[in-house]
This record gives sequence, structure tokens and C-alpha cells, in this order.
Amino acid sequence: MSIDPASAVSRVLAQTTLPSDTFVTLSPHWGWLIALYFFLGGISGGAAFLAAMLHLFGRAEDRPMVRLGYLVAFVALLPCAPLLIVDLNRPERFWHMIWQSDSGGPMFKWWSPMSLGVWIITLFAGILLLALIGSWAGRVGLPKRLSSLADGTLGKVVAAATGLLGLFLAGYTGTLLTATNRPLWADTPLLGLLFLLSGISAAAAALLLLGWRRTHPASLSWLGQIDSYAMGLELAVLVVMVVTLGAVATAVLGNGWGVALLVGTVLLGTLVPLAAHVRPRLLGPATIPVAAVLGLAGSFVLRSVIVLASEAV
Amino acid sequence: MAQQTDIFPPPGEAMEPPGAFEAQPMGFYTDTTVCIGCKACEVACKNWNGLSARDGGAQPMSGDSYDNTRTLDGEHWRHVKFIEQFSEDRSQGRWLMMSDVCKHCVQAGCLEVCPTNAIIRTEFDTVVIQADVCNGCRDCIAACPFGVIEVNPVNNTAMKCTLCYDRMQNGLVPACAQACPTASIQFGPIAELRELGAARVEQLNTQSRDAGRPEDAYLYGADDSIVGGLNSFYLLIDEPEVYGLPRAPKLPSSQLPATTALTAAGAAGLGLLGLLGFRKRRMDDFAAEARAEAAESVRLAPGETVVVEPERGAKGGVGGEY
Ligand code: SF4
Ligand code: SF4
Repeated sequence: MSIDPASAVSRVLAQTTLPSDTFVTLSPHWGWLIALYFFLGGISGGAAFLAAMLHLFGRAEDRPMVRLGYLVAFVALLPCAPLLIVDLNRPERFWHMIWQSDSGGPMFKWWSPMSLGVWIITLFAGILLLALIGSWAGRVGLPKRLSSLADGTLGKVVAAATGLLGLFLAGYTGTLLTATNRPLWADTPLLGLLFLLSGISAAAAALLLLGWRRTHPASLSWLGQIDSYAMGLELAVLVVMVVTLGAVATAVLGNGWGVALLVGTVLLGTLVPLAAHVRPRLLGPATIPVAAVLGLAGSFVLRSVIVLASEAV
Repeated sequence: MAQQTDIFPPPGEAMEPPGAFEAQPMGFYTDTTVCIGCKACEVACKNWNGLSARDGGAQPMSGDSYDNTRTLDGEHWRHVKFIEQFSEDRSQGRWLMMSDVCKHCVQAGCLEVCPTNAIIRTEFDTVVIQADVCNGCRDCIAACPFGVIEVNPVNNTAMKCTLCYDRMQNGLVPACAQACPTASIQFGPIAELRELGAARVEQLNTQSRDAGRPEDAYLYGADDSIVGGLNSFYLLIDEPEVYGLPRAPKLPSSQLPATTALTAAGAAGLGLLGLLGFRKRRMDDFAAEARAEAAESVRLAPGETVVVEPERGAKGGVGGEY
């Protein structure tokens, strides 16, 4: 029989004072699938929010970016539900989260972010589809009269609902992690805000990348500003979070994950893109798309580190 | 009724089904000071609940302890912790034993988050996962402040102690309490167990006082200070952390108001910045129009008119390079 030297027992004995109560709990084995879902959900929600803003308050020249925004939101959302379902231990029972399998009736608990999230994704998918169809009406074979979904009062309501639900989607993922008892996740109230900001900046980066030289410069300029604001705030929130976490941050991030966060998210994913927004020739003629790719990668690293570093405890 | 033992009738008498216990808060009081680490509870639990052996029985030994179970999980609903406390030179030492189990919290984090309602509260105030409802999202694993739940690899659903709900519905003491040879695990109505625990704390601390030792016995989770009270509470003689227990466990929802407020504030802030961005764009356009008009009025002869198409966007700053 083999010997396992790094047993749980010796770990508990070695530290009778724990950085936080959360260190006695077990990990839910949320891995890469969940990190990827958080990343895509952030982009989807963020892109829907940005597109809705341009839709509601922008001008005719912003329309191409509105169409692109809803499209990116939709495409990023497509893999989300499959990712979540595949991650279940009993995927064939995914519907138990929507309909109560034993007693019947809708399954909804607003105070459980997981339950709330299921409904947000469902509603968001529906309303986003309306916004997408409305904005693309008259193109790609869609009948022109469907543009009523994007025009007038109905169009405004659809856009506002899409944007709001998008914000929910981008923000609730961090809240889902906080509504546990796991190291780091439950030790700070800032994850919801952090994921929201990073989702919006990732979405702005995706739209800048895909819309570069294809959409109106005014739309891109507005997106660049929002991206800068979101990244600046994200950086500030990240610093405040790590500082206030104290011993928890040392225990969870004082390792390779912390280095990945520092290099991937802070340096390459935030500081370089921020510098590129201030000096758009920093990295040559393709500075903006390069910065966008870095921003997207930084956002993915952020989700991965936050999920996996805690899992590793 | 703090402890019922005899489930078999006297010889010659017919076996009567005992019937369910009265519906009232029931649970465990575990006196860790009399636990001898025999693991009878672990075995009885596995036996009654038909739980599989980890890794098909090929689990590695811990190598530094007689505790080879090491953690509660989907196949181990009882875990006897061996807490080995030795001085530097190992001349002094003591072993604390604690049979760990689901605490059947009055405010249960697992139940709070479960998005399928697989986790229910029973008529005995205990917390039970219905394996046929659970879809294995594993939120409850992360939500439990005590690290109790894990996925059972056989049926692939989250599992933990049920406080032998099936036995209780038939008037039988849970298997672990039935098997415990030192009555470290006692089963019964919570109100009675609390009295029992308080009396034992008093007894131990009196002994310590008389012997000039620190009065270190206390009950963990017997009152409502720990997540509303634990229906499986403990008598301990060292800090909670020493037993791997949280000092002040919280419900998963405890940070929801703060985190929601901060996230909403962030969303509102960014929305506002976005609106300011649109406003600035309009202002820039007006300024550009005004400049263009001024330039035209200088260049054009009187009486001449021209329609100026304002060049929108792409103004200075970050817009310049897009
Ligand atoms: S100890 Fe954990 S698993 Fe047991 S009832 Fe409390 S929260 Fe649920
Ligand atoms: S794993 Fe099962 S019991 Fe646990 S929260 Fe998810 S559905 Fe509920």
C-alpha cells in the first residue's frame, strides 16, 4: 500500500490558525469549463450592454456597431448553457434547475445566485435574440418588418432589457462565487464588481477587435473610452481586493496563480492595453487590435486564476 | 429518550415495527472527550448506508496518522478525526478524537444555495439531500461552511449524512450512534441533548478547576450563535480550528447585500460614464461645426452659401486611431 505524505491531516495540524474560516471547506471542482463559461458570459453580457447603450443613446452611424455587439453577445452566449450542462455530474438532469423534478412547478430561488443565474441566462437568451433579429432585420435574409423589434418604443424596451440582463449576466458570476464558503471567493465582496468590469472591458475589446476599420470611428472611439474606464476601475478593484484579503491573498495567490494574475491580467491584460489607448501608436499601426487581444486574454486569465487558485486550496 | 438501544423484541415475542420518532428537532451530541477513535461509527455508517470504499478499497494510507479516512466525502459520511498534538521534543502529547459528520445546521448553507431543491429540511429539523433530485452542480459542496459534502462516485450526486432519515422514520437510532461503544455520539431530541452536554461541560470544568487545570470544555454549536445552531453539536476542549472547525461559520448569502450593492454601483457608474462619453461626442461635434462654420464664413464671398456636412466622431484623443 502506498503512503500519501501530503495528507489532509498534516495540513490541518500544521496550521491551527487559519487565514479564514473558509479554509476548512471542500472544493466544488469547478474547473476550466466554469472559468471559460465565466469568460464567455462576461463577454456576452458586456457586449449586450455596450450594444444596448449605443442603440439607445447613439446615432445612425453607431448602427453597425450595435449589430456587431448583439451578434458578439449572441455568439458568446451560445456555448454557455452547454458548458454549464456538461459540467454537471448528472447532465441529463439539468432541467431540475428550471422545473422542480419532485414536486412540480418552476424552480426558482432568488437568493441562490446559481438558481437566479439559470433564469438570467434563459431570459437573456430570449430577449437578446429579439434585439439581434431587430437590429439585423432587412439583412442576411431577415424580413425588413422585423425591424420593429429595434425601432420605436418596443425597440427601446427590448434594448433596455437586453442591456440590463447583460449587466446581470456579467456581474452575477462573481456573486455566485462569493455566495459560497470557499477561500478567496467568500472572503471578499468585490468579485461581482470585478467580474462585471472585466466582462465589460473584455466585451469592449472584442468589439474593438472585430469592428476595427469596419465600423464607424465614432463608435470605436466611444468603446475605447469605456474600455479604458472599465480597465482602470478593474485594476483599482483588483488592488483593493488583494490588499483587503491580506493573509487569504497570500495563501491563495502567493504562488504561480498570483504570478499569472500579475503578468497575464495586470501587466499584459490591463496596463499595456491602457497605455495603448492613451498612445494608440505604441505598438505600431495594429496597436488597437493587439491591445484588444491582450485585454481579452487578461480577462480570461482573471477568471481562470480566481476560479482555479481557490480550487487548488 | 436520549438513547434507544434495543431494536429486537425479547425471545418469543413478535417483532413490532417501532414506528417513527415524534416530529421534533433531533440530532447528535458528540462528546469528543470520550471518543477512543475506534471508527465503529464510520463502519456502521458505511454498512447501513451501503457506501462504497474509496477507490475500490485501494486508497493510500495517510502515512503520518492512524487517520486514513482523512476527510468527509460522498462515500464517508462519518470521519473520525485524529488530532495529534505533540510538543517539539515529542515528550508531551495528546490525541484529540472527533467523529465528524454533517452538522444539520439550523441555517444550512447547502440548503440555501441548492438550485434544484434536492436538499430538504425534514420533520426532525435535519437536512437531507434527495439523490434522485440532485443534478450534481456541486454548489452545496462550496456552500457548506464545514466541508461536509462531496460527490458520491457511484451515483454521481452530492451526498452526505442523512442522520439516518430512513431509520428515524422507523423509530431506529442512527447507525453511528447505535454503534458507538463509548456513547461519544449520543442521539435524541436536541433539547435533551443540550442539557446533557451542559451537564458534561460543568462536570469536566469542575474536575479541571479542582486539579488546577484550565477549564477548557465547551459546547460548539449547542446555542444559536453558530449558523443558527447545529443539530449535531460538539463538546470540545481546544479551539475550533484545532478540530478543523470554523470559528464563526457564515451562510453563503451573508455577503450578498454588500456584493450586490457594489456590483450595481459599478454597473451604474459605467453606464453613467458611457452617457458622458456620448455627451462629449455631441459637444465635440458642435465645436467642430462651429469651427467649420467660422472657417467657411471667412473664406466664402458674401451671398455665397454652402452646406457643411459635419464630420462626426473620429475626434482627437483615443478616437484618432480607430
Ligand atoms: S454541515 Fe454542511 S452539509 Fe450539513 S447541514 Fe450544515 S451546511 Fe449542510
Ligand atoms: S449538487 Fe445537488 S444537492 Fe448540491 S446544490 Fe447542486 S443540485 Fe443541490
